[in-house]
Amino acid sequence: MAAGQRWHRATWWLLLLVALLPGLWLVARTGGAFGGLGVNPVETLLLDTGTCAIIALLVALSVTPLRRLIGLASIGRYRRLLGLVAFGYSSAHFLIWLGVDLFFDWVLILEDLTTRPFVMAGFAAWFILLLLAATSTRAAMRLLKRNWTRLHRLVYPAAILAVVHIVWLTRADYREATIYALILALLLGLRVFWALQGARKIRGQPARNGVG
Amino acid sequence: MLIRRHRSSDPRPSEITPREVYQRRRDFLRTGVALGAGLFLPASAVADSSLDYSPGPFSTDEGLTPYEDVTTYNNFYELGTGKSDPSRNAHLLRTEPWTVKVDGLCANAGEYDLEDFLKPWELEERVYRLRCVEGWSMVIPWIGFELNRVLKQAEPLGSARYVAFETVMDPDNLPGQRRPVLEWPYVEGLRLDEAMHPLTILAVGLYGEELPNQNGAPLRLVVPWKYGFKSIKSIVRISFTEDEPPTSWNRSQPNEYGFYSNVNPDVAHPRWSQRTERRIGEFRRRRTERFNGYGEEVASLYAGMDLTRHF
Repeated sequence: MAAGQRWHRATWWLLLLVALLPGLWLVARTGGAFGGLGVNPVETLLLDTGTCAIIALLVALSVTPLRRLIGLASIGRYRRLLGLVAFGYSSAHFLIWLGVDLFFDWVLILEDLTTRPFVMAGFAAWFILLLLAATSTRAAMRLLKRNWTRLHRLVYPAAILAVVHIVWLTRADYREATIYALILALLLGLRVFWALQGARKIRGQPARNGVG
Repeated sequence: MLIRRHRSSDPRPSEITPREVYQRRRDFLRTGVALGAGLFLPASAVADSSLDYSPGPFSTDEGLTPYEDVTTYNNFYELGTGKSDPSRNAHLLRTEPWTVKVDGLCANAGEYDLEDFLKPWELEERVYRLRCVEGWSMVIPWIGFELNRVLKQAEPLGSARYVAFETVMDPDNLPGQRRPVLEWPYVEGLRLDEAMHPLTILAVGLYGEELPNQNGAPLRLVVPWKYGFKSIKSIVRISFTEDEPPTSWNRSQPNEYGFYSNVNPDVAHPRWSQRTERRIGEFRRRRTERFNGYGEEVASLYAGMDLTRHF
């Protein structure tokens, strides 16, 4: 038990370190190391933090399906960490947009937030992640009881909004956006499939392939 | 004798980076490349890419965007959709041999080898602002000549109202043309009076040297008061037409990219604002100017037109 606990803690720290590496690399490049941030540094900061955010979010959303597919229930305990990492990168993305790209020009910021659908989608996704991060503690879970699960199902619309955000800001080359959309469709599709199967079972019908 | 008209957009002589200064680094690099190449090639095969030119009118006195940035941050989808793809894939564009066809509604049509096409024209330097529709901008010292000389020589017919341009089509070598990101070949167009305007040039170089492939070698259009995508690269055909010619981005997303595509801070791209831009090399965004700051020269071309409708 104690050994398992230590193993879990080591894995948790290792995961955190790996998750923060792209961010640390970006910080180092901002400081001029590794060739810097290129010709358009602000664009690089925005794109790279956004990419990290969507990838972290998709990785967090793949924990539950993986747990079921490979039968490794214990990985569920890393879900919160991955979700918080996604929130961290999306917050960096949001703050760089607000404070570096638009340099707190509130007229432009408000115009973007009220008239640009891709900005609205991205902001909504970040705001949901903020709510989920704020209620990610054990105390919040106890306090919210069954509503906690309901609230945290908002991560699905958050991920959809994040992908929509990327699709809507793409000019012509949809390769990257398509990859994110397909992965998200798979991760959500599995959940829907399993939920339908569960519902069938409850109604007393045998599951078609006997899984779950 | 060259008579220079002085305008507010003209540079103060004291503020132009002397050619010797900005070329020093290039000379150093070129020496290095030549030395390197010299180890493997006979001396005659080491091409000298510097051009003979004189200073031209309309140049801005704003600080030049560094050569490195102008040649490594490009939109040239034929060579890839990432900003650094064109410089990385530049070698895939074959510029020799190169022919330019001039046809359509003109009395003096023809197909020319590039050398013959360029021979009659003296080159001049034009330091222009370039504003990309994506919200960034540069200041680039182009080397070229006014398009109107070519057009006049072709003797357009009275029925000619537009000029259409076409980029080279070579999907075997150009990786971008093997994917349907846009409809290939890339095409652009101008109204005849826009094409005849002395600001509109055909460029063959930048920073005193032949155009690098990623910047649209060997021959490209530069229309500084329009968004960058109007300045079509690697041109193989120039045609006079009666009807408004199709243009690539308009064909791809007609509600987002109009035929005119004049730089206009008051007309937003449907998905993002055009009020500000980031000048490459600067930290803070700056306000975008109408017609990219060339209103004094070109606003009269659009007198009476609703530029919100004809965006």
